[in-house]
Amino acid sequence: MTGSLSLHNVSKRFGDLTAVDNVSLDINDGEFVALLGASGCGKSTTLRLFAGLETPTDGRVKLDKKDVTDESASARNIALMFQSYALYPHLSVAQNIAMPLILRRFNAVQRLPGAGFVSAKVRAEKANIREAVNRMADLLRLNELLNRKPGQLSGGQQQRVALARALVRDPSAFLLDEPLSNLDTQLRAETREEIKAIHKRTGYPFLLVTHDQSDALSMADRVAVMMEGRIVQSGTPTEIFNTPATQEVATFIGHHRMNILPPGAGTALHPDGANLALGIRPEEFSLTKRGGLQATVESVTFHGEETILRLRGPDDLSLRSALRGHVKVPEVGAKVRLTASNGSLHAFGADGVRQELAQ
Amino acid sequence: MKPSTMITAGLLAIGAAMILLPFIWMVSVSVKPHAEVFTTEVALLPKNPTLQNYWHAISQTDIPLYLLNGAIVTGGILVLQLLVTVPAAYALAHREFVGRNVMFAGIVAALLVPFHVTAIPIFIGLAEFRLLNTYTALIIPFVATAFGLFLLRQAFARIPKELVDAARIDGMSEMGIAWRVAFPLGMPTVIAFSIFSVTAHWNDLFWPLIATTDPDLATPPRGILFFRDEESGDDIGPLMAGATLITAPLVIGFLMAQKRFTQGLASAGLKG
Amino acid sequence: MIRRWTTDLILVGPAALAVVLFIFLPVAVVFVLAFTDYQFGARSANWIGLENFGDLFGSRLGRNAIFNTLIYAAIVIPASVGLGLIVAIGLHDLTKRMPRFSQALKAIYFLPVAATLVAMAVSWQMLMHPSLGLLNHWAVSLGLQPQQWLSDRDLVLYSLAAIGIWQSVGYNMVLFLAGLTAIPHALYDASEVDGARGGWSRFWLVTWPMLGPTTLFVVIVTAANAFRVFETVATMTAGGPAFASDTIVYALYREGFVYFKAGYASAITVVFFLALLLLTAIQILLIERRVHYR
Repeated sequence: MTGSLSLHNVSKRFGDLTAVDNVSLDINDGEFVALLGASGCGKSTTLRLFAGLETPTDGRVKLDKKDVTDESASARNIALMFQSYALYPHLSVAQNIAMPLILRRFNAVQRLPGAGFVSAKVRAEKANIREAVNRMADLLRLNELLNRKPGQLSGGQQQRVALARALVRDPSAFLLDEPLSNLDTQLRAETREEIKAIHKRTGYPFLLVTHDQSDALSMADRVAVMMEGRIVQSGTPTEIFNTPATQEVATFIGHHRMNILPPGAGTALHPDGANLALGIRPEEFSLTKRGGLQATVESVTFHGEETILRLRGPDDLSLRSALRGHVKVPEVGAKVRLTASNGSLHAFGADGVRQELAQ
Repeated sequence: MKPSTMITAGLLAIGAAMILLPFIWMVSVSVKPHAEVFTTEVALLPKNPTLQNYWHAISQTDIPLYLLNGAIVTGGILVLQLLVTVPAAYALAHREFVGRNVMFAGIVAALLVPFHVTAIPIFIGLAEFRLLNTYTALIIPFVATAFGLFLLRQAFARIPKELVDAARIDGMSEMGIAWRVAFPLGMPTVIAFSIFSVTAHWNDLFWPLIATTDPDLATPPRGILFFRDEESGDDIGPLMAGATLITAPLVIGFLMAQKRFTQGLASAGLKG
Repeated sequence: MIRRWTTDLILVGPAALAVVLFIFLPVAVVFVLAFTDYQFGARSANWIGLENFGDLFGSRLGRNAIFNTLIYAAIVIPASVGLGLIVAIGLHDLTKRMPRFSQALKAIYFLPVAATLVAMAVSWQMLMHPSLGLLNHWAVSLGLQPQQWLSDRDLVLYSLAAIGIWQSVGYNMVLFLAGLTAIPHALYDASEVDGARGGWSRFWLVTWPMLGPTTLFVVIVTAANAFRVFETVATMTAGGPAFASDTIVYALYREGFVYFKAGYASAITVVFFLALLLLTAIQILLIERRVHYR
């Protein structure tokens, strides 16, 4: 059974501090949403509000259109994978994976050791749980590790155990808190694929919370960008990258920070640059003889597949350009002229909101 | 506030009141006039508090002498312990010498030996040298402190090797490094150990009871028993005043430096 | 080379000498004396084999001291560990909501650990005084029978045990608080998400197992201290009435330093020491085996 999960105008305040400020966010059935933001922007609190680990100061939380605002985490049946994995160190891998089922299907008496000898029902249920654990172990290649303790596992293995524990109980939604942050580069790429595959196969609503834009852009169907407790833009990864809604989002997203030409500085690139701020990603600049923007090369840094130029433009404007492929790299001190196609320009008004340029 | 919080707070407060009971009682009786003590109308708090008993305890009894003895004995023990322990702990942490591992193993083994176990032979030895009934008898057995050696060695071992090497290159002697580098850098542990040592020996009754019979040498706990046994049960007020006076230094110290005291006394669990 | 050697000797010599002279040598001597009939002041002694141990375990008095110590420990250990844990959990819960209040309570609970036990025992003695004491006064006003707390042979050991608990709860509380603070909060979140509904399931799933190493340590320390009970006995009852509160360390003191039977007292010392070593061995074994989550 899957469903949808949503926050309606939710705020969370801790004393004077507003961590989450009037946020509305839906995660629909089968959708993979990424909540992207710098650390301290309120995204972890948002996740905890979804999970039921925090109660909102204002607003409602709904699960399958049912109001669950006042229900505890255990009542919501939402799976959560923790950044630190939070595996029980005293339990074996198999016991860790089984724990959500044990806690849900047995009462306190049935959980006592030896209850299986007394009650046939407990015995049968235990067999079911064992089977479910084995299914998870097959899915995530944990069969060999079932009897180990978490302390004896590598980071990647612990992460798969945490995934198994979250998935074993057919949750109504699946939340992941920075799932890749403790993994090395190689393992990261593999795990991204694995999580995407699990999402496809299970169809649960997924919420990924991350500070890493490439995780968000590569895995999610929809990305919500969070800044200072508010969601500033929500859209597909391509929308977020190609049409950032504000200047803040524009400079936050992208491997290289977007160049911003304040109003008046960008007239050489587009006439609207007279009263709007223009943004150009460094990789969209090209060096041509007739480019409108004149600049001096201050430094050249070779990075392998690309070369980064730091440039000084008119009015002491600091610019950066990324050159790729077989292009001639100018020397330090050279005067160059820059140009960019109209399609690659972003314009922002004085309030920082995106404006469409006249073509 | 949630009701469960109120219940927790209430139960804990009742428990704390029970913990405080003998303290309150001690202070209360110490300020009760004679007639209020010897009455069938026993009350927790005094009706007409007076400092008479304190005046009596200070001017008519040996309580001030006991306090002085306590200061001499605990002070003497601590100074000698540090004099012997700091250089050795430094060497154990930062010098290679023949027998170092044996010595460290010996210290860990010695941690398991409570003082009670060594009391009889030490008593015989002190008797042999005619040292019983002296300050020396009260102080010297505690110069050997496996606990102090262990604690300080662990603390000094956390000091970076480079720092010690730098001091050597600057021309400092080894004894100089022990006292002018290791000692100040290990100060938190030194303080924790000092609090432990002073508390343990100020409060000790076992050894003073064995090593001294002379009331003039009595430490506070030994002294309060002398005081109690001399009086025919008639001087309860002054007795409680005396008990309050000998408890006061450590309790005041604890209240002023709770964190350090807790740290110092909690670490004693490592000891046998 | 010689200079290095001299430096080492100056640095560690005094400490090494002191440890040998005041710890290792006495331990060796006490093990030898335990097999003799040596008396303090005597010029000679005879080797009498296991006779002292036979006396200790064979005599009514010796067995009584051991038995009393075990009863005392059997009351004090579970009560003071259990109460220490309960107080620690309570205070841990209050720290965030009422920080100043819980800080004050913590100080109060720890007060008996720092206070001079002999002085406090004198105060307890007055509290338990049959006619002038507060306990009997309260008992009467509640309609209960007044008790001879310290001179009733069936009651005196329990009275001392109560004081033993009073004295050690705060110490155990501090150790448990440190253990509780070290539990990662994410584990509680995880247990909640996994479906642990009440505080009780969370306690059994997270708190109790995560406190395993702390609990073991606390139990061993409390046990070691309980076996060593001396100050309250010496101050309040002198082992009486009729040896009803005689304990092993008090018997050691009485036989050795009141009756000067050094050989017999040494045998008591050896038994006491071996019991403590056994306790430590159990601790090391358990740490290796179970409570270590590796």
